[in-house]
Amino acid sequence: MGETSVVDVRDAVVLLGSFPALAEANVRINAGELVVVHGPNGAGKTTLLRLCAGLLPLSRGSARIMGFDIEAERSLVRASVGFLGHANGLYLDLTAGENLSFWGHVVGANREEVTAAAVRMGLNDRLLATPVARLSAGQKRRTALAVMAVRRASLWLLDEPHAGLDAAGRDEIDALLRDAVAAGATVVIASHELERSASLASRRIEVVGGRIIEQGER
Amino acid sequence: MPSATASVPPPTRTAATRNLGLLAIAGSVVLALLGLIFTAEDVDQGSSVRIMYVHVPTAWVAYLAFVFTAVCSAGHLWGKKHSLNLDRLAGASAEVGVIFMGVTLVTGSLWGRLSWGTYWQWDPRLTTTAFLFVTYIGYLAVRGLGGTQRQRAKRSAIVALFAVLEIPLVHFSVVIWRSLHQQATVLRPNGDVTMDGLMLFSLIFGVAVFTTIFAWLVLHRNRVLAMEDAMELRGIDTALAARRSEEVSS
Amino acid sequence: MSASINRTFGIAKAVASKDLRVEMRSRVMTNQILPFAAIVMVLFAFALDNDGVLQRVAPGLVWMATLFTSLVVVQRSFAVEAADSAIDALRVAGVAPQGVYLGKVAALVVQLVAFEAVLAFLALILYRVNVDAHGAVLLVTTCLLGSLGIAALAAVYGGLSIAGRGRETLLPLLLLPAVAPVLIGATRATESAFGSDGARVVEGWPWVGLLAVFGAVFLFGGTLGFGPLTDE
Repeated sequence: MGETSVVDVRDAVVLLGSFPALAEANVRINAGELVVVHGPNGAGKTTLLRLCAGLLPLSRGSARIMGFDIEAERSLVRASVGFLGHANGLYLDLTAGENLSFWGHVVGANREEVTAAAVRMGLNDRLLATPVARLSAGQKRRTALAVMAVRRASLWLLDEPHAGLDAAGRDEIDALLRDAVAAGATVVIASHELERSASLASRRIEVVGGRIIEQGER
Repeated sequence: MPSATASVPPPTRTAATRNLGLLAIAGSVVLALLGLIFTAEDVDQGSSVRIMYVHVPTAWVAYLAFVFTAVCSAGHLWGKKHSLNLDRLAGASAEVGVIFMGVTLVTGSLWGRLSWGTYWQWDPRLTTTAFLFVTYIGYLAVRGLGGTQRQRAKRSAIVALFAVLEIPLVHFSVVIWRSLHQQATVLRPNGDVTMDGLMLFSLIFGVAVFTTIFAWLVLHRNRVLAMEDAMELRGIDTALAARRSEEVSS
Repeated sequence: MSASINRTFGIAKAVASKDLRVEMRSRVMTNQILPFAAIVMVLFAFALDNDGVLQRVAPGLVWMATLFTSLVVVQRSFAVEAADSAIDALRVAGVAPQGVYLGKVAALVVQLVAFEAVLAFLALILYRVNVDAHGAVLLVTTCLLGSLGIAALAAVYGGLSIAGRGRETLLPLLLLPAVAPVLIGATRATESAFGSDGARVVEGWPWVGLLAVFGAVFLFGGTLGFGPLTDE
């Protein structure tokens, strides 16, 4: 492999039922990049991210994440990967604060780290004491991102992270993502809004029809 | 590697299995002659004892099938290659086992009607068999859940091991449960029949014949399942081609 | 080694307390399931209208109700994980599935034991069942181990049936035949504790042994099998 590819996907075929959502896709992403995966709806952006997160089985081809085989060494892949999909992965009956402290317990983060993550995502005490079911879409997303921060993942896979956020919230997320890259993480976001992501990302990967048609220069 | 390409499975017909099938047919004819004509009637049960030559062998084969399913499942889980063929064998064996167990239950209740005067008795063996029948129907349902072939294999292998653990637990608990109650004074099936030499031989012969039938069915079912899996993989090629042409047209 | 075991139990504790907190907040158990069970107990008294018969059927009624309630409780327990794809977040994070499993089992046991306690209490009052001190010890042990057996299996099959949509109907098909030994053992032990049908308390303890074996086997199997089954 030579250089360190954080994501190295080769000839990947991923089936959703019998539909090949990814049809022999090839992607390489290096450590420390901030990449946007762009393409029309149904192109396979979400599938690519879910594959890299180890949530979908590979029907053909291979995928190595952080140098580990996604099928055979999945548990090694996972410790370092964070994924945020269309759903936020939160417990709706619990408050935002309870969700964060649950994850703190699960990953072994202490109270200060949890509080710091909440502050970074602009979650004040009132929001932290509100059940997730009653938060707005943007507040939920910020809570989910705070969970990712608590988890200290080194590869961040975010599916449409700006969706449902107001301008301030979007800027906050951009700042958080830049912070994460500065701290050594690799960030991959899927987005259909090119203008916004272009200013944020260092490289664009174009997906059409389940295949990568353009990767930019590394 | 999951990158299995559509290989052509062997045909469902080979000389070996044809001979096995002929052997099973010949054996069935001999067993029918033995069971229906040559063996004597039972002192108490009369001709109804002849059900035994089907009932006991099918029960035996059903349990054999479930143990075989568990062995294949363990082989799939802990084998280095995680062989999909072992998974298909496990599935084929369970399918045939469920059918044989269904035959066991039907013949058992018919026999019960004749010898006990009732279709159903809470006899430990009969009760255990009924529970396992449902358990393995559940196993087959798990096999049909969908997903990739590897997902199916792993998932159903684990369920198969759980199911085989249930056999002794269900049997043991039912046996001690029934032992607390008064034993039925009527004849218990099979065990208490006083058998002469020919009856015993016919019974053992029946077990051999039904085991041969089981082997024949499982081999063929396994080949059909392999073809279905291969068809599915070939379907991926078609779908991939379709997706590519969609990309050109868009 | 022991560090990873501590880690697993830490996760189990977090999952269990999270599940119980969600359940307490939703109040489904206290506001819907328990009143339903209570009305069934009362209706049974109307239907059978005979103290002797009621005392005889009370143990079976308690455990049948527990069994069916366990289906609802397990489905709820995993619906919470599926609602906003929290289960995916746990999977991506590589959270030790053994910890998740043990936490789920612990929360289920707590809920089932609470349910059984209310039913047993109702049986004492409504059906005039008598329990002495020795019988009470037997009853508590039976409830704990019986619930453990049900929960150990239910969490595995619940996890399997949540991993994909349209699988909810699979849970009763897989679970009910498998927990037959628990139903038999726990009912017989409870009969001894209640003194139903002239059963003596000491006769119940061998059944407790069966429940213990069942619980141990499937808790062990579930700890190993839950991860591969839910991780697809």
